[in-house]
Amino acid sequence: MTDQTGTSLAPALEMRGITKRYPGVVANDRISLEVRPGEIHALLGENGAGKTTLMNVLYGLARPDEGEILLDGQPVRIAGPSDAIARGINMVHQHFMLVPVLSVADNILLGEETMANRVFLDRKEAHHRIVELGRRFGFEIDPEAKVGSLSVGWQQRVEILKALYRNARILVLDEPTAVLTPQETEEIFAVLRRLAAEGHSIVFISHKLYEVLEIADRITVIRRGRVVGQRLPAETNEDDLAELMVGREVQLTVDRGTSHPGQPVLRVSGLKAKDDRGHLAVRGVDLEVRAGEIVGIAGVAGNGQDEFVEAIIGLRRPTAGTVTLAGTDVTGRSPRDINEAAVAYVPADRHRFGLITSFSLADNLVLTSYYRRPYARGVLRDGDAIQRDASSAIERFDIRTPSATVTAGTLSGGNQQKTIVAREFDRELKLLVLDQPTRGLDVGSIEFIHRQVIAKRDAGTAVLLVSAELDEVLEMSDRIGVMYAGQIVAIVDGRTADKNEVGLLMATGGTERGGTERGSATPVEVRP
Amino acid sequence: MSASLVPAPTPARRPPGLASRVWSVSAVPLVVIVLSVLVGAAIIVFSELLVPGHPFDLGLPLVAYSALLSGALGNPDAIVSTLVYSTPLVFGGLAVGFGFKAGLFNIGAQGQFLVGALGAVMAGVALAEVPAPIAIPLATLAGFIAGGIWGFIPGFLKAVSGAHEVVSTIMLNYVAVQLLAALVSGPLKVPRSPSPVTFDVGNAAFPIILGRNGHLGIALALIAAIFVWWLLYRTTWGFEVRAVGANPDAARYAGMRPKLITIATMTFSGGLAGLAGTSVLLGVTHTMTSSFGTTVGFDSIAVALLARSNPLVIVPAALLFGGMRAGAGLMQIKAQIPVELVDVLQATILLFLVASPVLRRVLRTGSRRDGPADSDAVVASLGGEAVAS
Amino acid sequence: MDFTPLINGLYGIPVLGLLFQVVGYLVEVLPPNSSSIMSQATPLALAALCGVLCERSGVVNIGIEGTMLASAFTAWVVGVAVNPMFQGAPSDLFGITIPLVIALIAALGVALLISALHAWLSISLRADQIISGTIINIAAFGVTGYLDQLISKTSPAGAGEFTRLTPPDALTNLPGVGWIVSMFLNQGPIAMSAIVLIVGAQVWLFRSRWGLRTRAVGEHPRAAETVGIDVIRLRYRNVMIGGLFAGLGGAFLSIEATNSFQLGMTNGRGFIALAAMIMGRWTPLGAFASAILFATFLQLGQLINIAPPGGDLGSVMSAIPAQLFDALPYILTIVILAGVVGRSVPPAADGQPYERESAT
Repeated sequence: MTDQTGTSLAPALEMRGITKRYPGVVANDRISLEVRPGEIHALLGENGAGKTTLMNVLYGLARPDEGEILLDGQPVRIAGPSDAIARGINMVHQHFMLVPVLSVADNILLGEETMANRVFLDRKEAHHRIVELGRRFGFEIDPEAKVGSLSVGWQQRVEILKALYRNARILVLDEPTAVLTPQETEEIFAVLRRLAAEGHSIVFISHKLYEVLEIADRITVIRRGRVVGQRLPAETNEDDLAELMVGREVQLTVDRGTSHPGQPVLRVSGLKAKDDRGHLAVRGVDLEVRAGEIVGIAGVAGNGQDEFVEAIIGLRRPTAGTVTLAGTDVTGRSPRDINEAAVAYVPADRHRFGLITSFSLADNLVLTSYYRRPYARGVLRDGDAIQRDASSAIERFDIRTPSATVTAGTLSGGNQQKTIVAREFDRELKLLVLDQPTRGLDVGSIEFIHRQVIAKRDAGTAVLLVSAELDEVLEMSDRIGVMYAGQIVAIVDGRTADKNEVGLLMATGGTERGGTERGSATPVEVRP
Repeated sequence: MSASLVPAPTPARRPPGLASRVWSVSAVPLVVIVLSVLVGAAIIVFSELLVPGHPFDLGLPLVAYSALLSGALGNPDAIVSTLVYSTPLVFGGLAVGFGFKAGLFNIGAQGQFLVGALGAVMAGVALAEVPAPIAIPLATLAGFIAGGIWGFIPGFLKAVSGAHEVVSTIMLNYVAVQLLAALVSGPLKVPRSPSPVTFDVGNAAFPIILGRNGHLGIALALIAAIFVWWLLYRTTWGFEVRAVGANPDAARYAGMRPKLITIATMTFSGGLAGLAGTSVLLGVTHTMTSSFGTTVGFDSIAVALLARSNPLVIVPAALLFGGMRAGAGLMQIKAQIPVELVDVLQATILLFLVASPVLRRVLRTGSRRDGPADSDAVVASLGGEAVAS
Repeated sequence: MDFTPLINGLYGIPVLGLLFQVVGYLVEVLPPNSSSIMSQATPLALAALCGVLCERSGVVNIGIEGTMLASAFTAWVVGVAVNPMFQGAPSDLFGITIPLVIALIAALGVALLISALHAWLSISLRADQIISGTIINIAAFGVTGYLDQLISKTSPAGAGEFTRLTPPDALTNLPGVGWIVSMFLNQGPIAMSAIVLIVGAQVWLFRSRWGLRTRAVGEHPRAAETVGIDVIRLRYRNVMIGGLFAGLGGAFLSIEATNSFQLGMTNGRGFIALAAMIMGRWTPLGAFASAILFATFLQLGQLINIAPPGGDLGSVMSAIPAQLFDALPYILTIVILAGVVGRSVPPAADGQPYERESAT
């Protein structure tokens, strides 16, 4: 609901001239922001622009070096999260701050516990309040459900309930739709509009242009720590916003050209695999990826994509089915065997799987080939060969680093991903598997990686791309497979795919169950 | 930490001069030792108060320390004695340090030491009449294998069931003591001997190569240190060990097999600790009694921590502790201070060492990673991953 | 009804009969020793409680053994020092004397200091928690060994020990449940307070505000911080309170179970307690039950020497070297660790150093 312009309402929140410096970088440079009561104000900027820092300042997780914060026109000093909460400022973080093994009620109670007496919690009262609160905003929630068993969309609702339980007046949402399907996004937007109608102020942080245009009343754009523009949605469009965000004309979509697919390289048939807890996560997948094409897998996180990829790559043993690579059966083979069969894998969690952050850049570049010539003869390593090839890779892939001997952990996210790309792409590949390849990267690095992937495709590599960013999948894929509950429920042509159609498939698997209209009646368990 | 901030231009860095590099590497250990010496002196003075009937002598610490030094380095015999005491500590330190590199906490050096000695004495007694050039290598090998078995058990359990090696190795330490007692008073006992003791190892004993009692083990220890350094930093095996220690998930992704590496590492580590026991048995005692006790277990951990698991630095670290043990006897005679003071000194060294980030900040020596004080430095500095050379 | 012929018949079955004999032996020998079992379990349970408190908050404490040892030594030494200053008859209740109380308080104080050190190293310096704990163990062994050497030279007299409560015979002789009464009431003050503390801790952990916060901090400290909980302070507090429990367990060894100190008298209990904690799924009551299980085996090891079984079982047992029984608790710990640990899930943030987001 839009506010009444020109009224004498003091802004609910005002941040004036906020400056925050960290060693080597100015994260926020005299940023000013003003949010009115009942307004949904979007904060737009790419990864690393300084949005999260600004909100950390607001939430008391960081103290500004300059500037001040005013609530309802009064300057305030926010000492920490509990102070912020006490003043009615609540934050819903990008990565959920929920404890999976605890129940919904316990998670909501934490820090704001409803007490029966000095010592004991009053769980009954809390249960009551939570159910009521949920109903007020249109959903039924079970306070005793373990948060870990809820779907991502429902966890999001729990986070919002957490804020409301604390009488939030100002709600900050950091990339709330990053992991939601288009349908879930609509549902959350409906909740946000109701909140705004009741007078809550909402700061909506995002880098998704069309969403911001849809939900916001006003948009503030941040780039490199500074405010570079403020717009009303009616007065702007995606191109304008993108240019503000990045500072130059941006090609919003990479032109992937036409693909000329050849023979099938990867053939997956009836593949089944269990997750780490022993439940069946991949439940019979059939898929074919041909040389010279990009097949994208769309799906809400947690539907078996990670396990699927790991089963192909050799990190997880399939319980049934086959994986064939260029005619050879590679089912259940070790990661090394598969790697040697000209398969490359760019993992989703680059700190956990892709790199050893305490090793040097050079060692990381040979992480998957250290045992082969020329980097080793038998058991003996050849340090010179390693250094030589490292220097060459740094140049060719434009990795910003003082030398090849620095530890990989000191590189920026973008350069770390480039290191992984340099390692994996720098040879002839039959199959390239990528999982969330551009998550958390700045626009420049995203462009670079997308171009590299398309180049590989054009050179004849079969590419399998898994991404939770539906836009990335739509942009890059020649064919799109939708993964739901451990199966590929549909395969659509990349050129004609409709975003809403795909989103619906992601959310429901193409069946009637699973909550199609207006949110599910009870929390949907995505994992059985 | 907040999402990746806009990357700052990396500041140009002048390569540090040699003097400042030496300082930054050795500053902390030196300060730690100096501080420990001071604390030790304070404890000695304090001890005088505890024991009644002693004239209170503020100079006692000096007497004690000079006796300690003299007993460790005062004359050629003392120096050889120091070398002899340090030998098992080199092996033990290598064992614990090697484990640290793989991310494993081998607190079982004590038990592996005992079992290694057991293996050596059993083989040695069996080979006592066989010519030395055959008996010695075989008995040594037996000690290595026995210790290896004692390391294999916790390694295997960890790989297969996830049982944390800290607790299982410590439990095996206690079991080893019982095993030793059972064997030495039972099947291995010399018949009709008043107290439990085994036969002599005869030809399998290490020859003396230095001074009065400097035995072959000294040379073997040095060779072992060089070998382990070469293994860790110049071979693919060492690369895998360090990778698993730094990040087992990435190691799997890289095609390594962390479970296998865990087992192999614990076994090799156990073997090295077994060699520690072997060196004492074949080099010094030549038989085993039921009181074949040792402080090597804890000492090895101290050596590995002080040396930050670097195989080459383990040698001087072992010499430090070995020297203290060697000199302790003289200190007890001259200053009436119990030899256990060395345990206290060792403990203070370790305590200061683990608090070294504070020292580092006070001394303002930069770590190799340069930049804001980083939490990884402590983990890395105490047995974690070193930058690959 | 006379069961003897039936029992003898069962015992006589080849091979399987041994199993029956084992059961028979246990039934015969354990209940009368129930209070000894509880005594054996007390230091284990207290140490395990320390572990539960620390690890539920996300801090691994390998140094429980050293803490216990240091407390045991302190209790004994302070008793020795203070005893000559107070003449007075021990009270009827638990044999309380002033020196004993002072000794207990001193032991707890030392435990508090040691756990504060561990907390500082692990939480503020973010040192590796296993290394920090190991160093505490080494320090405790070293310092107590040294001081013990110094002091024992003069063969001092200790302050004695706390004595057990003697419940009336009418209760302990109740058929069927008498041994339970004996188990819980025929104990000294530390053992009895241990039982109370364990029950209290169980309730506290799952029903109180601080228990909820503790569990959250151990699972997802960042989430706790964002709702305003001071993770660092909570961890410090819990580690130090846990240290008090370990200190109580150590003091029990030297001023309740016995009245002296021996070098290394904890004998690995601090580590066995960790296995009990894991087996008890990081809950106070679970840890307590596991401690009783371990204590039963410890007690059996001693009983087999004092009151060996007769018959076939006896001849089988006497063929086994005594050292195996001494090694049994340690072997058992390993077996349980290997068997249970995969299925028992620790708090998610256990052992991970935490860095505050608030870079003020």
